[in-house]
Amino acid sequence: MEAIKTNSTCLSHRAKTPGAVQPRPAGAPYPGAAFAAPPPHSREAAPAASALPHSAQSPAQPARTRAATPAAAPTPPAAPAPPPAVPLSAALSGPFPGGRVVRLHPVVLASIVDSFERRNEGAARVIGTLLGTVDKHSVEVTNCFSVPHNESEDEVAVDMEFAKNMYELHKKVSPSEIILGWYATGHDITEHSVLIHEYYSREAHNPIHLTVDTSLQNSRMSIKAYVSAPMGVPGKTMGVMFTPLTVKYVYYDTERIGVDLIMKTCFSPNRVIGLSSDLQQVGSASARIQDTLTMVLQYAEDVLSGKVAADNTVGRFLMDLINQVPKISPEDFETMLNSNINDLLMVTYLANLTQSQIALNEKLLSL
Amino acid sequence: MLKKTLYVQYTPCLVVLKIIKHYQEEGQGNEVVQGVLLGLVVDDRLEITNCFPFPQHTEDDADFDEVQYQMEMMRSLRHVNIDHLHVGWYQSTYYGSFVTRALLDSQFSYQHAIEESVVLIYDPIKTAQGSLSLKAYRLTPKLMEVCKEKDFSPEALKKANIAYENMFEEVPIVIKNSYLINVMLWELEKKSAVADRHELLSLASSNHLGKSLQLLMDRVDEMSQDIVKYNTYLRNVSKQQQQKHQYQQRRQQENIQRQSRGEPPLPEEDINKLFKPPQPPPRMESLLIAGQINTYCQNIKEFNAQNLGKLFMAQALQDYNN
Repeated sequence: MEAIKTNSTCLSHRAKTPGAVQPRPAGAPYPGAAFAAPPPHSREAAPAASALPHSAQSPAQPARTRAATPAAAPTPPAAPAPPPAVPLSAALSGPFPGGRVVRLHPVVLASIVDSFERRNEGAARVIGTLLGTVDKHSVEVTNCFSVPHNESEDEVAVDMEFAKNMYELHKKVSPSEIILGWYATGHDITEHSVLIHEYYSREAHNPIHLTVDTSLQNSRMSIKAYVSAPMGVPGKTMGVMFTPLTVKYVYYDTERIGVDLIMKTCFSPNRVIGLSSDLQQVGSASARIQDTLTMVLQYAEDVLSGKVAADNTVGRFLMDLINQVPKISPEDFETMLNSNINDLLMVTYLANLTQSQIALNEKLLSL
Repeated sequence: MLKKTLYVQYTPCLVVLKIIKHYQEEGQGNEVVQGVLLGLVVDDRLEITNCFPFPQHTEDDADFDEVQYQMEMMRSLRHVNIDHLHVGWYQSTYYGSFVTRALLDSQFSYQHAIEESVVLIYDPIKTAQGSLSLKAYRLTPKLMEVCKEKDFSPEALKKANIAYENMFEEVPIVIKNSYLINVMLWELEKKSAVADRHELLSLASSNHLGKSLQLLMDRVDEMSQDIVKYNTYLRNVSKQQQQKHQYQQRRQQENIQRQSRGEPPLPEEDINKLFKPPQPPPRMESLLIAGQINTYCQNIKEFNAQNLGKLFMAQALQDYNN
């Protein structure tokens, strides 16, 4: 287990490879979290604020969440913001061109929260490795595992052997995943993060750091991602700045459905649900569509009565929605419906027949 | 065998998501993906708290040691305080075809080692249609005994009185989350865009139905072959009985003749050595096929019920519009 020691006052003993990021001088105000680049923050805050147009366009939108437009479109006041190009981070090479988006799968979050709940006594936070794939413009985090570590005032010890071992094991199952970075629970970036981050920069090129705020500051579990950038006055002591990235959640289709089901546990009293039967699901799905339709209707009414300013993009989506309903004459529809119903009934009959057949067979054989 | 029946399982969302993800990434097509379930047994519940996937069997990994992989994983997971007790395994399935010999054997070995282990069957195709399909099965105690004997002849099975219905018993699954995970789920809900969840209400079902029916037909074919085999066996047995009778009669006649001539009777030969009884076909196969057909039919019926509901709804809407 490699132990990294940091002395809060000394900075000369850590001269590693030239050009690597060096720790900031002691006492300097910690830049990372406080650095508030306005565009990414406002873009993150805006979708939460403008909930109505956002949900109004959703039923019409067949596009997947992967397209960046769902988040950007409902904020007409904030014009599509240019990538948060902090001047220094533009100098960063690597697979992160501007407008860096980290795409997160929910399984990663669930895993992080779970390992946080199982942490050792006395540990304030847990850390672990993020695995995933890198795309041309974005990074997709699909898996993670936690790494045991010890943290105290002066030193941080991370079990890198363990991390390497786990990574090898994981690679056997999904060989396309690479180490993307690391995560930590807790609501802020501490000094130790810098060191751990440097460790990970040896494993991965330009690692991402993800924080999950399990201490629930501001009554929210905020999930943020950062990339480190060197900063400081060249020639003098250099430091590290963590630049925030936008975090998006992506789902596979099946994941989406699984997450929907699991979300129902939020509503039940003892956080428990069973897997519902099929017809119930059809019922709940139609109830959902009904709700969204009411919202859309409400929006249309508001626009008509002048309460809400009309928005062209939403209007276009509504047009698409209405045009999607196909125009069929009632007779044709009746025939289609009836033939479909007949098919289904016949198949049900056949299935029942087969079942009784094998039951008979069973009885005969046991004579 | 079992002192307590397990009624319910608590599965946190982590396990569900991991299984879904594993299938999505690794198991396209007909291959099944498998993995191990970890957890512990509490009172009358089996709690599954974590899981990890098994790599696929590839040809160039001939000397890949599965046991070693498992041991290493469990050891590492223990370091981070994850329950490392093996409580079962999971497998994905293609249109519901999971009642195979391999599954039976694996589940038997698991259940033999750990009484309460289950196999979680995840059906990705049904899930993609809109409803998470995750079922847990265990072998019934009767079947366990039969497997232990390794005696699958018809008589033994008749004795144990096993029908295809009581091969597997289904254990209900309950998903339970901690509060922190609830918080995380609320966060997710706020931040993520409302993707289209319309698959459930789509009326196009013929593809899925066609596939299931095809599989059902294949199974029924196998079943009929099996029945033919059994019939031939029965016929052989009865023919042999007849032959035995004839032989005995001839013998007796000869003996009477010899006696009348005053010669010693021919020794009674062991009839059984002459007429070797034909091998009874193993009944396990047919049991499995019957079980599989049963599952298919169940699935088809459920699917149909759902679709009928949707169609009636569409009809009502259309009437309302006109």
